[in-house]
Amino acid sequence: MAVDLTLVSFFALAALTLVSGAVVAFSRNIIHATVALLGCFLGIAGLYVQLSADFLAAVQVLVYVGGTLTLILFAVMLTARIEDVRTSNTSTGLPVGVALVAALLLVLGKVATTTAWPETPRAPMPSTAKLGHALLGDYLLPFELGSILLLAAMIGAVVLARRAVKRNWEKA
Amino acid sequence: MIPLEHYLYVAGALFAIGTLGFVVRRNLLVQLMSLELLLNAVNLTLVAFNRQHQDDHTGQLFAFFVIAVAAAEAAVGLAIVLALYRLRRSVRSDEATLLKN
Repeated sequence: MAVDLTLVSFFALAALTLVSGAVVAFSRNIIHATVALLGCFLGIAGLYVQLSADFLAAVQVLVYVGGTLTLILFAVMLTARIEDVRTSNTSTGLPVGVALVAALLLVLGKVATTTAWPETPRAPMPSTAKLGHALLGDYLLPFELGSILLLAAMIGAVVLARRAVKRNWEKA
Repeated sequence: MIPLEHYLYVAGALFAIGTLGFVVRRNLLVQLMSLELLLNAVNLTLVAFNRQHQDDHTGQLFAFFVIAVAAAEAAVGLAIVLALYRLRRSVRSDEATLLKN
């Protein structure tokens, strides 16, 4: 029997996403966590391709890998002093967190397994052209509001992050 | 064709990992990264549900707007972390006690 390549690639991408996600959340070394975020974003982009969301896969790579990840890497380099990168990265409240996440997984798993999802197989559906028409048609207002939001966030980030006059209560 | 449930399991596991990272860790940068994991898990469910609808791309459009808002959130969040680091020489969230006294 021929191995189903779709299934193999799905499990490979899912494993990449989840393992990198675990490294991001639990690694003691913040540089490792940042680099593992790359694998997680790329795994999600691959899953988008499998779901025939080609435009979103490209956006995922461009915005997350190209933009957000670079931004986070810059913030890590600017703040984490390399010598105490391990000790500054502790965790607290583990039992409470584990209990919370166990309850969350229970609810999510129950919903995912008991709901009768439709099982009709679908043909691949390239979506870029349709998304473009929708963004300049029905979704024009949210699209423009999104651009205003991004402009406001950009100005806000510049105002927050610039080095102002040093106040006397700032540590040297 | 991979069933929808498989994608939901992956997204649920990723959401759980992100929640645990956000709740347990005390490094603001790791918490922001866990937040990105949460948003990515939700996006994955949106796109997976959209796969069931042949001619309707609302789910993918929602994921697109979530990505746009997440980019804005990351920019402002990291700027706040940098400002906190300038004040306290620390990126631990439990040392952000400037309003306490």
